[in-house]
Formats: sequence, structure tokens, C-alpha cells
Amino acid sequence: MDWLRAWMMPPQGSAFAKEIDFVYMALFWLSVVLFLMIAIPSVYFPWRYRYKRGRVTPHQTHNTTLEVLWSVGPLILCVGIFFWGLNGWMKYAVAPGEAMEISVTAKQWLWQFEYPDGSRTINDIHVPINKPVKFTMTSEDVLHDFYVPDMRVKHDIIPGRYTQIWFTPTVLGKHNFTCAEYCGKDHSGMKGFLTVDNDTDFAKWMETGGTEWEDYFNGKDPKKTPADWGKITYERVGCNSCHNVDGTKSKGPTWKGVYGSMVELNNGTSVLADEAYVKESMMSPQAKIVKGFEPIMPTFQGLLKQNQINGLVAYIESLK
Amino acid sequence: MESAVTSGARIGDRPRPKKNYLNETKGFKSWALTVDHKRIGIMYLVGTLTAFLMGGIFALLVRLTLLTPAHKIFGLQVTAETYNRFFTLHGAVMVFLFIIPSIPGSLTNFVLPLMLGAKDVAFPRLNLASFYLWCVGAVMAISSMIIGAVDTGWTFYTPYSTTTSGTVTLMTAAVFVLGFSSIFTGLNFIATVHKLRAPGMGWFDMPLFVWAMYSTALIQILATPVLGITLVLLMLERVFQIGIFDSRIGGDPVLFQHFFWFYSHPAVYIMILPGMAIISELIPTFSRKTIFGYRAMAYASVSLALVSFIVWGHHMFVAGESELATVVFSALTFLVAIPSGVKVFNWITTMYQGNISLETPMLYAIAFLMLFTIGGLTGIFLGTLSTDVHLTDTYFVVAHFHYVMMGGTVTAFIGGLYYWWPKMTGRMYAERWGQVTAVIWFIGFNATFMPQFILGSRGMPRRYYNYLDQFQPLHVFSTVGSWIIGLSLFMTAAVLLASLRKPADAPDNPWGGTTLEWQTSSPPITHNFEEQPVLEHEPYDYRPKAVTH
Amino acid sequence: MSTTTTDVHAHGGHGEDAHNSHHQHHFATMEQQFDTAKLGMWLFIVTEILLFGGLFVGFGLMQHQYPREFIEAHEHLKQDIFGRLVPLYGTLNTMVLLISSWTMVMGVNAARTNQQKKTVRYLVITILLACVFLCVKYVEYAHKFHDGLLPGIFYAHQSEDLIKGTHGYATFFAFYFMMTGLHGIHVLVGIGLLSWLAVRTKRGDFNSEYYTPLDLVGLYWHVVDMIWIYLFPLYYLIS
Repeated sequence: MDWLRAWMMPPQGSAFAKEIDFVYMALFWLSVVLFLMIAIPSVYFPWRYRYKRGRVTPHQTHNTTLEVLWSVGPLILCVGIFFWGLNGWMKYAVAPGEAMEISVTAKQWLWQFEYPDGSRTINDIHVPINKPVKFTMTSEDVLHDFYVPDMRVKHDIIPGRYTQIWFTPTVLGKHNFTCAEYCGKDHSGMKGFLTVDNDTDFAKWMETGGTEWEDYFNGKDPKKTPADWGKITYERVGCNSCHNVDGTKSKGPTWKGVYGSMVELNNGTSVLADEAYVKESMMSPQAKIVKGFEPIMPTFQGLLKQNQINGLVAYIESLK
Repeated sequence: MESAVTSGARIGDRPRPKKNYLNETKGFKSWALTVDHKRIGIMYLVGTLTAFLMGGIFALLVRLTLLTPAHKIFGLQVTAETYNRFFTLHGAVMVFLFIIPSIPGSLTNFVLPLMLGAKDVAFPRLNLASFYLWCVGAVMAISSMIIGAVDTGWTFYTPYSTTTSGTVTLMTAAVFVLGFSSIFTGLNFIATVHKLRAPGMGWFDMPLFVWAMYSTALIQILATPVLGITLVLLMLERVFQIGIFDSRIGGDPVLFQHFFWFYSHPAVYIMILPGMAIISELIPTFSRKTIFGYRAMAYASVSLALVSFIVWGHHMFVAGESELATVVFSALTFLVAIPSGVKVFNWITTMYQGNISLETPMLYAIAFLMLFTIGGLTGIFLGTLSTDVHLTDTYFVVAHFHYVMMGGTVTAFIGGLYYWWPKMTGRMYAERWGQVTAVIWFIGFNATFMPQFILGSRGMPRRYYNYLDQFQPLHVFSTVGSWIIGLSLFMTAAVLLASLRKPADAPDNPWGGTTLEWQTSSPPITHNFEEQPVLEHEPYDYRPKAVTH
Repeated sequence: MSTTTTDVHAHGGHGEDAHNSHHQHHFATMEQQFDTAKLGMWLFIVTEILLFGGLFVGFGLMQHQYPREFIEAHEHLKQDIFGRLVPLYGTLNTMVLLISSWTMVMGVNAARTNQQKKTVRYLVITILLACVFLCVKYVEYAHKFHDGLLPGIFYAHQSEDLIKGTHGYATFFAFYFMMTGLHGIHVLVGIGLLSWLAVRTKRGDFNSEYYTPLDLVGLYWHVVDMIWIYLFPLYYLIS
């Protein structure tokens, strides 16, 4: 009868799905049986006991045994179903410690995801197969709900709070997710795809640092240039804690007017601050120390994606 | 099938009274200022059925929008915003203007005092005030639709409802007023049942209709004030930003849901108990057999009312309530299934070895048994925690509540309308046509809502304007089903209205019912009974008597 | 299926009570009518309690959310008397309402013993006391407006408030105005009802056989008083 299950339920994308589908089908067949127990007499009795003038009906007011049976019987059944549901739910409710955590920010009417390494994407997310992943979610405006039908998970997203779901995807490929708490005009447009990759493909995906940056490099929006992306990165990655952009000195040199100028180092020499210099400063900051500053900058080797590096360079260049 | 309906000859030899409650006084004022529960019942009937028409039109618009991805109705483009208003108004009108006030205000108002052998309800003027409050609420609600409309869903969840534009404040004020109408009706019925029973009628001699309506009234007075204050808080949040539901200023959006569902879950029992009340009259009458398990039925009604207050959290399993609350509410929800099951089993057993005829009211009663059972069983899927996570907020929930509210309450309401139509109007409707409407109703209802279970389990969320292509065939099926429902209702209206063209010559007791309303003329005289009836037998006693009146 | 009938309208009267003009005919006796009216009033009171109850619950939840702000905000409801902060207006209002409940009881009692003039007197005193309550309320509210202690978004107190940038004070005053305001509306409605009763008493509508409206409004008034008895410590005595 698996065809029936497959017709009624979405594809089974996670370990949860198998278990929940099993409960669902069990309840389905139970319901069919109970329904027939009501429907068959409802239709049969009017025929079997159809009206005959003068017939006297028995005066059956109650039958204690029967009534007790059909009160206690269903009660026991209900208790059983309750515990069965509880069992499944408890697994859903607590994420395992080793689950990869992805931050979700929902807002009207799109999804923002952030990986542990800071990469961000919009509406399009990849996860590795057979590894538990948990989503820690909040909203920037009204209630939303993250629902991945194939995984059989769903939870409301509440402004001012964090809520969580988790699952272990077991099937490669694209699975849709969608908002499941009414949130206004484009509620039904607030969806995306969750792609389950094998390890190689997932690693490739992570290298790109997500998809958010793409809008700044495809030239479609004049307000989204690589330099704008660089500014965002400047704030997100924390460059701004040591470097100002207004010409004032901080723990590190200001970026204003640096690009293309001659920079004096603490060993007396001067170098041209070109693209290579900027990139070297990020990866090997101890190689050249600017005069008047301490050698305290940490390296960003391995911490910056290519698009971030490119963006920062563009940004610094724009700060003439 | 042999006809079981007695002919125009009246039981006993009482002459038909020339004056009855309909024609004794005439003119607009005699209706507008009436304190006769029967006239008030008729006015409520007209009002709530008009609201049903309005809510039904919104439903048809919703289904038409969902017919194709183009979202065009007769060439006109329906935008997402308009669609959101359609489903919000459909819900709000149906819940607050129709289903909560309809049976209590119309059928119960008419029949309850008669069943108790009383001349009127305890507070006739309050009864009229209830009706006028309903009218005021209706005008406010309609105004809010015309001025700006609402798109929050009938549940008004915050923070969307406190920040969206639209006439939310006016609509919630309308619901506040309608709430008081409901409270006063409930208050009236409780006092009536306690104080105005005929001599000889103890609590366990009352018809089960009265027990179920009494239970409904209990919920009305205990739960509705909480809705009232919730709406006041919502309005104040919108206008003054008091900071109770808005997290940006320190409030908790989930708190609104707790307040809201604390009323709204008991409210769904305000909706179903009157339906069950009607079924408890139809089945023994058309089976010509005493109801099985009278006491269990009475206790089941009251326990449904009481247990309904402690399960509200099952609307919030994924809404952010605590894990402990989630577990407790799921457990309690299973408890509430038992009394409902007991009632269905008792009704079936009543039919066993009965002497059954299938007039229109009985066909609707049988439809109720099947449709309500499906509705109730699908509630189990939702009360079970693991499956609820997948099914909540999807079309599965939409199908579930339509099966219980529409397959349950509305089916029973229509059955009751046919049943008491001769009593209220003095006319018999065309029986064959009535039976046809019942069959079409059953087909249309299932065609509309059965596919929606599948849409839900396959992952389509509710309140969705756009949907994945794979869902379209089921949506088309469902929309066509909605037209069949429309056809059935249109036919029922035609059948009932057509009967009014005949002279008022219905017998006192066309169905052979045992309750007291059938002991007076059809339609009744203004004072209900010529002489105070005194009860001398058990309820639903079909044993042959040595002496008839 | 038969019922026998008895004819309670025995020709010549309705038992002992020579047809009271207030007897509504769907009731068999005046006593039944009175009992039913009383039951109806109690049912209405239940709904009122649930209405206010919701607000009390809301207040409790918000108090849990902002414990320090709420405690501090309470101080603003007190008045400075000889250097000490005491809830003068609140206490005054409590006394006024308690006395008015007593005068109400006396009024109902006077009606029950056919003392029309006394009934009117007590009703008028009750009304005056209620007006005093509302005047004190007006003074309180005026002070709050002056100090910017307003609900929600309108909160604008120039601040000695200890905790900056929190919404707790605004929420407190939102609930303060909501609950005392709702109560005040009930007092106002009560004044209206009492006035109507006074007029009817003067007209001679009531006597020892029929004083139901007095009894019911008395009940209403006691509930209004009782709700204040809960509001008073909640708002004025916590520190």
C-alpha cells in the first residue's frame, strides 16, 4: 500500500519522515475502520429497520456494559496514540549536540540563512546529506513559519525570540520549503529550496560563501556594487573595530585615501598600496607594519571567502 | 417507502387556532419591538442566514481564485491582497456572524421554551437586546469591509494584526459587540433552563436538545468575556501600542495566541454542541425509538463544555509554547474525544432496531453522523504531536474544521431547519425535493473538502494564494465541489421558501415527536400553549400509551 | 405521550398575590420571577469577573516581565504627605466605595420595608459618593497627564525613572489606565442606574412586594466595589 502513502504524503526526505508517515498511515487505517463502523450502520440500519406502520420499537434506554466498553476502549486507544505521538515528537523537539547550526532570519517576504562560518544566502540553502542540521530562527517583523514538507518539520518564527527545528536529511536533491504562518501579502511567495548535497558538492558550495554576495557582482542593481559588498563585509567581519574610514587613526591605519598611495612602513621603507598590498595585509598582516602602529592585526587566512576579499579591495579602492 | 408523515389531520380534536404568533399582531413595530422568543428566533434566522450567504459568497470567491494559477475570476484579476481579504472575511463572517449566533439565536430561541413547556425565555427583553446587538455588530463588520477590509485571517494574530493597515480596529470592535450578543443569549438560556421548566420536568426529564444548549450557554458566558478583553487589548495595542503583544516594545506575540485560543477553542464547542443538540432530536424521532444512553448523553454534553476549556494549547504546538505545555495539551485533547465518541455511538445504537423513515431531516442527520465522524477522527491526527508538526498550518487543518463545523454543525442546522419548519411556519415543504438537497449536500461537501486533506498532507500550507503546480488538480476538484454545495443550498432555500406559498395547514406533530413543542399548534399561538403543560412521561418515550390526549 | 394540564390561571387571581403590575406573564409567580432575575444577575456578574479577570492575568504576566519597572511605577500612584509617600487618593476612593456599598444595602433594606423616602435618601447618598470617587479619579488622572505618565506610546515622563530605555513603565501605565478606566466606566454606568432607580422610587414604583431592580443594581454595585477591592492593593499598596 505504499503507493497510497506516496500519494498522500510528500517524498520522505529525512529520518523523521519515515516515522511520521508510519504513524500517519496507522491513524489513517484506524480512521477508516472507525469510520466504517459508523458509516455502515448509518446506511444499513435505515434499510434493515425501515418504517413499517404499527411496528413497536424496543425501549432500550441504556446498556451499562456496552457504554463502559465504548468509553474505556477509545480512552485506552487514545492514551496509546498520545504516547506514540509524544515519542516521535520528543525526537523532533531536541536537536543533537553535533548538529550544524544555521541561523535563519525570516522577514516579509524572504528567508535569510547564515552558516556557522558567516556565509549568508537568501532563499536558497544547501545542507550535507546524513548529517543533522538545526535551524535557529527569528523574525525581523511578524510571525512566520519554516516548513520543509519533505522533512516533516515545521515551527513558527517569532520576532524577539529564537525558535528551533532540526532534522537529518537522507535524500539528495532539491526539497522545497515554505512559510506556513500567514504573514501578509506575499505569504504564499515566501519560499525557497533546500538542496541536500553529498560531501563534495557541499564543500564546493560552502567555498562560494553562500549566494548573498552574488547580487553585488552581477551588475544588475546599480546600488549593489562590489564596493558596497566590501562595506558590508567591513562591518560584518569586524575590520571596523580597528580601521576607520573617515581619516582618523584607530588601532589600525585608516583606509581613507590609502589605495594607490605610498605607505611608510616601520622599517623606513615605503611601498605602493596596490591590490597585492591590500590582499597581503589581510592574509599575512605581520609581513608589513605601517609606521606608528603595533603588529596586532590577526590573519584572515581561511576566514574570508574570495568574494569578500574582492569586495573589500573594491571598497578600499573607493575610499579616495 | 411507506410515508410516516401524518396527514393534515391534527392529533386530538383541537381546532386550529385562528391567531398564531405570526399573524396575531401585524406591522413593522410589532416585530421590531417584539419580546416573543419565536419572533426573535425568526428575525435571527433571517439575519444569520443572510450572513451565511455573505460568508458563502466569500468562500466561492476564495475557491474561484484558487481554480487556476492565473487567479482570474470571470476575467478580473484577483491580487494577493484581495485574496487575503477574501479568506479573512469568509472566516470572520462565518464564525462571528453566522455559526456562533445561528442555532442558539434562531432554532433554540424558537424551540427551547416550547420544549420546556414555558411561555417564553427568562428575560424576553434581553433576548431582543441580544438580537439588536447582533445587528449592530453586523453593521460594524460590514462597514469595516466597505471602508477598508481586513487581511489578518479571522484569528487576528499579532504582530501582523497590530501593525497592518486596514480596518482591524473596527472589525474587532464589531466582534466585541457580537460577543455581548452571544453572552446575553447564553445567560438567558441558563436562567430559562433553571427556572422555567414545566411542572414535573426535572433535569433528567428535559430533552437532550436542552442539555446540549445549556452546555453551550455555559461556554458562552464563561469564555466570551475573555475574547472580549483580548480584543480590547488588541485594539489598545493597535491604537496606543501598550506593549503587551509587540516584541519590539517588550511584548509577547504568543501571549495573544494564548488569550485568543482560550476563548476560541471553547467557541468551537459553542458551534458543535447546538448541532449535536439537533441530532439528538432528529434521530429518536425518525427512528421512533427512545434515545439510547440519555444520561450519558447529558453528561457528555456538559463534560464537552468543561473539558473544552483546558485544551486550547493544541492550536499552538508549533507556535512557541513550552514543551511541557505542548505535552499536557496533547494529552488533554485526547480526553475531549471520548464524550464526542460516546454521543456518536449512542446515536447509532438509537437507530438499531428502530422504525426508521428517511425524511429530509433524517437524511441530514445521517449525513451528520458520517461527516462529523470524519471531522472528529481527523482531529486525532492533529492532536497527535508527531503528525501535528507536519499537518498543522496546512490544508489538513482547513479540511478538519470544515468537516466538523460545516459537515457537523451546518448539516445539523439545515436538518433542524427542515424539521422545525412546519412548527415555525405552519407549512410542510416538498419532501422529495428536500431529500434531493440532502444527497447533493453530502456529495458536494465531500467533493469540496476531502481533497483538502490530501493537499494538506502533501504539504500545501493554508491561506495560500499561490501553490505548487502539482496541487492544481485537487484544487480544481475542490472548487467544483463548492459549486455543488452552492447548488444544494440554493435548492434548500427554494424548497423552504416555496412552501410559504401554501396555506398554513401543517399538523401539530407531523413527525410524531415526543417533545413538548409538538403538543401545540403549528405555528404556535403567541403564548405557546393554551394551558400550562405538565410533564408526565420520560423523555423520548415511544412505548404505546393506553390513553392519548 | 400525553400531558395533563393544570390551569394556574384559576379564575379570579393568581394565588395570593393580587396581580402585581410588574408580574411578567411567562412566570408563574412573582417569587419565580424574582429568583430568576437574581440568577440572571449573578450570571452577568460571572461574565464581568471573567472580563476583568483577563486583565488581571495580563497585568500579572507583565509584572513578571518587568518586575523592577512595575514596582517603581507603583510609587507614582502615591502622594507626598508630609514627606512620606502614601496612597492617599487610592485609600480615599476605597473608603468612599465601601461606604457607598453600605448605603446601598441600607437603601435596598429601606425599600424592602416600604420606607420610600429613606430609600431615595440612601440612593442619593450612594450616587454622591460615587461622584466623589469619580472626582478623585479625575484628579489622579489629571496628575498623571501632567506628569506624562501615560500609556504605551504616549509615555513621556521626565524621568527620575531608574531604568532607562525600557518599555516597562509605559506598559504599567497602559494597564493602569485600562483597568481603572474600565472600572470607572462601570462606576459611571452605576451612577446612571442608581439615578434611574431614585427616580423610579420617587414615583412609587417599588414597595416591599416588588423591589427587584433595587436588589439587582445593589448586587451590581457590590461587584463594582469588590473589583475595586482587588484593584486597590494591586495598584496602590505594592511597594
